[in-house]
Amino acid sequence: MYKNFFKYLISAIFLLGFSVNSNADFKVGFVYVGPTGDHGWTFQHHEGRNAVEAAGIKTTFVESVPEGADAERVIRQLAQSGHDLIFTTSFGYMDPTNKVAKDFPNVKFEHATGYKREHSNVSTYSARFYEGRTLLGHIAGKMTKTNTIGYIASFPIPEVIRGINAMTLAAQKVNPNIKTKIVWVFTWYDPGKEAEAAQALIDQGADVIMQHTDSTAPVQTAEKAGVWSFGQASDMQRFAPKSILTSIIDDWAPYYVERAIAARDGTWNQQDTWHGLKEGMVAMGPYNSAMGAELVKEVEQLQKDLASGKVHSFTGPIYDQKGNILVAEGKVADDGMLAGMSVYVKGVEGDIPK
Amino acid sequence: MIKIEKRNDVPMALYFFTPFIAIILTILGGGIIFYILGFNPIEALKFYFITPISNLYGFSELLLKATPLCLIAIGLSFCFKSNNWNIGAEGQLTFGAIVGGGVALLFYNQEGFYILPLVILAGAIGGMFFALIPAILKTYFNTNEILVSLMLVYVSKLLLDYLVVGPWSNPEGFNFPETRQFSDSSRMPLLFEGLRIHAGIFLALAAVMLSWFILYKTYLGFQIKVSGLSLKTAKYAGFKGKTMILVVFMISGACAGLAGVGEITGPIGQLHRMISPDYGFTAIIVAFLGRLNPFGIIFASLVVALTYLGAETAQIFLQIPKYTGQVFQGMILFFLLASDYLLFFKVKILNLKKNELRH
Repeated sequence: MYKNFFKYLISAIFLLGFSVNSNADFKVGFVYVGPTGDHGWTFQHHEGRNAVEAAGIKTTFVESVPEGADAERVIRQLAQSGHDLIFTTSFGYMDPTNKVAKDFPNVKFEHATGYKREHSNVSTYSARFYEGRTLLGHIAGKMTKTNTIGYIASFPIPEVIRGINAMTLAAQKVNPNIKTKIVWVFTWYDPGKEAEAAQALIDQGADVIMQHTDSTAPVQTAEKAGVWSFGQASDMQRFAPKSILTSIIDDWAPYYVERAIAARDGTWNQQDTWHGLKEGMVAMGPYNSAMGAELVKEVEQLQKDLASGKVHSFTGPIYDQKGNILVAEGKVADDGMLAGMSVYVKGVEGDIPK
Repeated sequence: MIKIEKRNDVPMALYFFTPFIAIILTILGGGIIFYILGFNPIEALKFYFITPISNLYGFSELLLKATPLCLIAIGLSFCFKSNNWNIGAEGQLTFGAIVGGGVALLFYNQEGFYILPLVILAGAIGGMFFALIPAILKTYFNTNEILVSLMLVYVSKLLLDYLVVGPWSNPEGFNFPETRQFSDSSRMPLLFEGLRIHAGIFLALAAVMLSWFILYKTYLGFQIKVSGLSLKTAKYAGFKGKTMILVVFMISGACAGLAGVGEITGPIGQLHRMISPDYGFTAIIVAFLGRLNPFGIIFASLVVALTYLGAETAQIFLQIPKYTGQVFQGMILFFLLASDYLLFFKVKILNLKKNELRH
């Protein structure tokens, strides 16, 4: 009897949530993993939110939501308080997002960088950051004097390995002697650790530093040491104006606006989005004049070719570290292979941590 | 001239009343901060302290959040009452979760009623073992338990990082830093369908009862209290200090370990790097706000848990920065310490001239 009573009470609460949904104005919620002022990952999602707001749609955000037990409550609260579309902007929200989506079939969910779409109201989206890495590799290969590129990596997941490989392949194309040295920091955001990693790479002879972490510490370390660097996630130029050659910018704004309008107008449907330079989800920061006019021109052309599809970041022949062929000559890697990439290409030093 | 004197007779009632004063001052202080930030303070406080628990789901979340805080604070009260400064409950929680999670992963594809008790037991033993390290170092090598227990927090977190990235990472998980999901047999049973509150709350309530019994009804509790009041008296009375130190650390560690296991087998369901948003440190505030009294700690854990939930609701509805939650926790501790100071000490403003005339 009591069990039934609670069942009814709970479904009543959920129903209350739905009725609020249909009556109130259309609202979009955002869940961030970091503070809006991190000048990297979360900052860019927040810029995307601002664009949605500018398009005349009401938004709400919750920042610094830990990827543990708290995430589910925050997502559920957003769903319950009348938000019709909810963007959860970190990988760690994957299971909580799907769990809440099950209980709120009328609310749409968009999860960044995940792979689980367990219910028809969950979409996933990510960007082809590796296309940006190809441009960085081209620049790095031309700019390095020591033929050593230092790479600060976060976790050995396919996305990070893809970036390392795309960069190395592009650098090898313009400079066959290139070596990629990697330091794994096992964090997305830890300025202290990232700075130490950058210094360690510089001490090992790297004169170009690249990062797949979110703080500005590596570019600032590079600026101090007088070596080249690249901004990550957002335009970090003002933190290291001499050192930064360009930045890979995650531009979520067009996608967020498009999806918010689709959800408002009832044309939203489930999809798995993977956009790149072509759609503008990956954009490049201003090129440093120290690169020289010729190189800037080359890179701008490559950027156009990547966007148009004339050039693909992973064009064969591609070999792994042992010399086995991964992609045959004249072929390009398909999205399935890219999504599960878990080996280094030839020219990368060291092993993937296991 | 200002003179500070110790008060001789502090009424017990006032001693237990000051935490309420601290909470009221915190709410007033919070109102002022909201006003300065440009929000309507009454509305903001309503979203902060009332909205989060205005429905059953919110109330369940409050209990869910308070459970680990309460468990850890109960454990800490044994240490703090006896003048042992265990600051590393976060590490003991993490290590308990590692050991308990390890057992759960061992049984990841099995079902059975015995699995959850084994996982819980393993968590308690893990936390206990991790708390024994600073205790043994303190009793036999005279090290400072504050430093050792604090630094072991980082050791346990790095160990967890290593495990979830490396040997324990989910083989089907594309190298993402997390383990497999535990099987249903290693998950805490939910109390109500649709709510996240789980059987772990009974562990916390049992800990409250047991700690009250030990502290107020047993010889060990008497020893603990005497050692807290005066170490010299304890020695003079012939108490074996070393055993007691080991025991209080073990109790404290076991409680933190249980809290860790409750989180991973309750709402989380796997091991990853973010199993605790620093419950082990926040529980220190809870222990003191609860006056190291078992029932006071229940109350304090609910208040502090509410500051977490309130911060989220306030951001959702009013877009007040979520970090105000930490500001509230800081203010509670500040006002508590400040009112304690005034409770135990008298501040006298002396008129120098008059004094000089008299002499």
